[in-house]
Amino acid sequence: MSKTHVTTSINGEPVEFLCDPGDTLLDVLRNDLQMTGTKEGCGSGDCGACSVTMNGRLVCSCLVLGVEAEGAEIGTIEGIGSNDGLHVIQEKFLEHAALQCGVCTPGLIVSTKALLEENPNPTEEEARYYLAGNLCRCTGYDKIIRAVLDAAETMREGA
Amino acid sequence: MVSVVYEAPDLIEGAVNLLAKSDIPAHVLAGGTDLIIQTNNSSDAERLIVDVKKIAGMTDANLTDAALELGPSMSCASFTERDDIKAVYPGLVEAAYLIGSTQVQGRASVGGNLCNSSPAADTIPALIANGAQCVIAGPNGERTVPVEEFVTGVGQNCMEKGELLKQITVPRPAANTSDAYLRFIPRTEMDIAVAGAGVSVTLDDTGTCTAARVAIGAVAPTALLVPEAADALVGSKLDEAALQAAADAASAASNPITDRRGTVEYRRQVVGVLVKRAASIAAERAKEG
Amino acid sequence: MSEAREFKYIGQRTIRPDGFDKVTGRAQYGADLNLPGMIWGRTLRSPHAHAKILSIDTSKAEAHPDVFAVVTFKDFGSVEGESINAGEGAADVLDLARNCLADDKVLYHGHAIAAVAARTERVADDALALIEVKYEVLSPVLDVEDAMKDGAPILHEDMFTQGYEETPSSPSNIATRLEMKMGDIEAGFAEADVIVEREFRTPTAHQGYIEPHACTARYDEDGQSLVWCCTQGHFDVRTSTAKLLHIDLSKLKVVASEIGGGFGGKTVVYQEPVALALSRKSGRPVKMVMNRDEVFMATGPTSAAKLKAKVGAKKDGTITAMQGWMAYEAGAFKGSPMMPGVMTMFTPYDCGNVQVEGFDVVVNKCKVAAYRAPGAPQAEFAAEMVVNELAEELGMDPIELRLKNAAKEGTQTIYGPKLKTVGLVECLEAARDSDHYKSTLAEGCGRGIAAGFWFNIGGQSSVSINMNTDGTGTIIEGSPDIGGSRASMQMMAAEVLQIEPSRLKPIVADTDSLPYSQGTGGSRVTFATGMAVIEAAEDVVRQLKERAAAIWNVTAEQVDYVDGVAINTAGGEKMTLAEVCEAAEKTGGQISGTGNINARGAGPSFAVHLCDTKVDKETGKVDVVRYTAIQDAGKAIHPSYVEGQLQGGAVQGIGWALNEEYIYNDDGVMENPGFLDYRIPLASDLPMIEAIIVEVPNAFHPYGVRGVGESGIIPPLAAVGWSVGNAIGRKVEELPCSPPRVLSLIQNG
Repeated sequence: MSKTHVTTSINGEPVEFLCDPGDTLLDVLRNDLQMTGTKEGCGSGDCGACSVTMNGRLVCSCLVLGVEAEGAEIGTIEGIGSNDGLHVIQEKFLEHAALQCGVCTPGLIVSTKALLEENPNPTEEEARYYLAGNLCRCTGYDKIIRAVLDAAETMREGA
Repeated sequence: MVSVVYEAPDLIEGAVNLLAKSDIPAHVLAGGTDLIIQTNNSSDAERLIVDVKKIAGMTDANLTDAALELGPSMSCASFTERDDIKAVYPGLVEAAYLIGSTQVQGRASVGGNLCNSSPAADTIPALIANGAQCVIAGPNGERTVPVEEFVTGVGQNCMEKGELLKQITVPRPAANTSDAYLRFIPRTEMDIAVAGAGVSVTLDDTGTCTAARVAIGAVAPTALLVPEAADALVGSKLDEAALQAAADAASAASNPITDRRGTVEYRRQVVGVLVKRAASIAAERAKEG
Repeated sequence: MSEAREFKYIGQRTIRPDGFDKVTGRAQYGADLNLPGMIWGRTLRSPHAHAKILSIDTSKAEAHPDVFAVVTFKDFGSVEGESINAGEGAADVLDLARNCLADDKVLYHGHAIAAVAARTERVADDALALIEVKYEVLSPVLDVEDAMKDGAPILHEDMFTQGYEETPSSPSNIATRLEMKMGDIEAGFAEADVIVEREFRTPTAHQGYIEPHACTARYDEDGQSLVWCCTQGHFDVRTSTAKLLHIDLSKLKVVASEIGGGFGGKTVVYQEPVALALSRKSGRPVKMVMNRDEVFMATGPTSAAKLKAKVGAKKDGTITAMQGWMAYEAGAFKGSPMMPGVMTMFTPYDCGNVQVEGFDVVVNKCKVAAYRAPGAPQAEFAAEMVVNELAEELGMDPIELRLKNAAKEGTQTIYGPKLKTVGLVECLEAARDSDHYKSTLAEGCGRGIAAGFWFNIGGQSSVSINMNTDGTGTIIEGSPDIGGSRASMQMMAAEVLQIEPSRLKPIVADTDSLPYSQGTGGSRVTFATGMAVIEAAEDVVRQLKERAAAIWNVTAEQVDYVDGVAINTAGGEKMTLAEVCEAAEKTGGQISGTGNINARGAGPSFAVHLCDTKVDKETGKVDVVRYTAIQDAGKAIHPSYVEGQLQGGAVQGIGWALNEEYIYNDDGVMENPGFLDYRIPLASDLPMIEAIIVEVPNAFHPYGVRGVGESGIIPPLAAVGWSVGNAIGRKVEELPCSPPRVLSLIQNG
């Protein structure tokens, strides 16, 4: 089976890879590029653990083919925060104890970043609906929503 | 050994050619939110994936004085951000907004929803209520089919080998007309519709309904246009009796099954409730408009 | 702990030490380890719920050029039925083996039959289709009523009901019958002015952790075998895996990866022995990751149950008798949590006349596993519903009724001991005094209240604290951190050592690095492993004193240790902890404390929940509009993570009460094995969950800790169930309160 050569950008860096045209972007990230920060919870777009951005849109990487990344800009959890420190969203998740097991956390942080870029001042209800596709089984969402709203406020103040 | 061939043509003709000439099972890839799950579970040893999102017009929407010309592969996220479209077809935009999570919205499309041809597709009743048409390109040229005739069965539609949905055309509604779409799901998000209802109503100056279209989803093998329900609304001021008559007509027209998402009895009842509520919302909107 | 004390670090809301890795995606979970030369394993599963396996032909799969190994039950060699400690409680090795790979019968849809290791996951999947299995399909048994009937198809010809004076001579699907009683139940009911009695049903519900089971295994002939996996108890994974592969414990290292949720469901092995068997056969490392549908179909949910509850009381609200009956589905092999169901059912009440009978019943469904307070939510649901109805019949406030009959210190339990100090009364008072309970119920809404009791456990925990020359240290524990427990370990050690928590790094060590530690379950980690941490830290302090004494040439008794500083009471000199550690080379070598314990004295945790719901009367859809969870933590080491346990437990219970259920067709095929149709709560389904921590210290823990992980899932079933019934003027008897069921209740009563 011949593999397809793909040239893309991940977290602002040029990346090339070879993949089977049937492989999902999630497979490529995790298995070929060793970027295991993006998690797989269901493989069917129902849990949001594999959330990444593609050309600025929040998507489930399990529902994108690796070959579709050609020429696209992909954003993953590995691109959030830097050597200088954590992103405000990450800090707020820690401050509010918005994670227990932590496996849904990368997806939630990617999604929260997308939310706050679209809507810097979400209501609780807007945040809850925007993040409805990110399942968390540990927290009951309370502390996540508090962290998201606090991050939004902090980011607005900093803007 | 499963072998997948991926093509991303930049012209309709190219896509039609690939689809028409493929000697292995061929699938059109729009947002992939259904297709990738289906092909992951497929036993086809070989398949061709034709990604149509590089084709000009497939991911855009153009709102003219006459109609909405919708690129079938435009993501729901892009579609629902269009305030100009939402002002004219609030119910259709609501239906598109209800498909899946934010993440799924980033990929899923109205055309994909239509071509997947699920009985529970949210946009199909809303498209039918708005009298939408499918423009289909194929090896023998183009043809146009009303949405209510496009889907022919569970997961089946009228497209032949080599054909591709090129555009969805939604005519501009008449004056004092508006629409609404409601679906019932057990949770607040993320579920497949247990029942759905798309309603479009036109009112005159006195608030009397002069025209209506009622379409229901997830209660039969395909979404159904229910003229009896529309008839119950036309001529009324959408009072409780008229709404209930429309609800009863919708329940009577439904032909649901019992599955993991609902029972026959439940779906029959709830689809009526949705018709009633959607008709009220559409009427309110028509008055405001 | 006898009196309230001031803490320096305990009770603060510190940043968890593993947090940075988890918010950046660096933390490695079960599926995140890749080894050089690694291949992928996939599992062939039964399409039938009940069938004899006539033959398995793996030759075509083995002949595939990219397939390296195929294993079946035979690859486990000879397996004897014996009891081992496998996760939460004992398990029969033969059952465990037959659940990992079916022997002569498949007992549920999704039951593993064979596994293939191949170059890629996709090839392994494809190769499964090359395995030919011939079945003789048998009638499935799908619920306890059918399973208990005379003439029911029998799952295990060698199973005879235990628990009667005389063991029956014919095989049965009833594995065990258990009765517990005290007082005189008949006299108790005779005394009653009001009696309430109902039957209830609860569905099969899954833990629903977001991370699927995953492992990577590498077999080595020289005794360096490795299993990396997400588990709540890696020492128990080692025991089970070593037993099935007939290798010594010392020759298998199990590394607990970060774990993406478990709630009891990751206490037993499924793939680990299979992956190691594939590795042994192929000579390569093998990774196995379950798909989501496999998680639902073939790992342990908790029991569906049928229950009866009957309570009697005098007009003044004094409860005179409580009686219960329950039949729990165990799934394909014996071992439902029926016993804790029997034990917990009426424990929140101080009543002298109690009788409860339970049955552990096998059916053709996946074998159940522990799920947060295993067995208690079902039983206490039935009990709390009838207690609420009793309050209604008596015209009493349901909290006042509970306060009047609340279990407290000295209350006799049905299972033996009298309760020590417990906080049920305090939780009920907190509920009564809460803003929520004082608030007026909105039009069209209903309100429910329920209590919950769970024992909590102690058990074996092993901890070392290794001090570094700069005065920092590493806390080495053996309890996988499933919800932030590293933070609590860090704080408890810091409290003893009187140094900043951030100077201590807690790690979860592999099975080679520590003595046996029981898994993370039974709400035991902060209690028991916490005690081991405290003991290890006290050992460090003892050594610090000895080392400082050696430098000062005094006795250790002459050295005080205050605020992280050793003080010579004879001479007045001082050395900080860091200075003593730095000098360790000159005083006898490095400093390391140990705490290897079997903790006794776990303190029960009571919970009380309040729930307001709104019901759409035309569709039956339920909306939780307000929710308060109150629970006795003993002492909250890290209040944020305690609140998180209360909130998380509450929401799992809400899901169970509202929409979660396994749906099977008549052939026993599970129809909703995914997050699409197994509907766990979403962010948009819920309000904020108000959490109120009550602190009635547990006298058996140095800081007063009780476990808090489990009790919170118990009350929601009845709090939600009663609330819905209250909103629609009906009595809920069956969960979940899914829209069709609620609409039917509204319309048909």
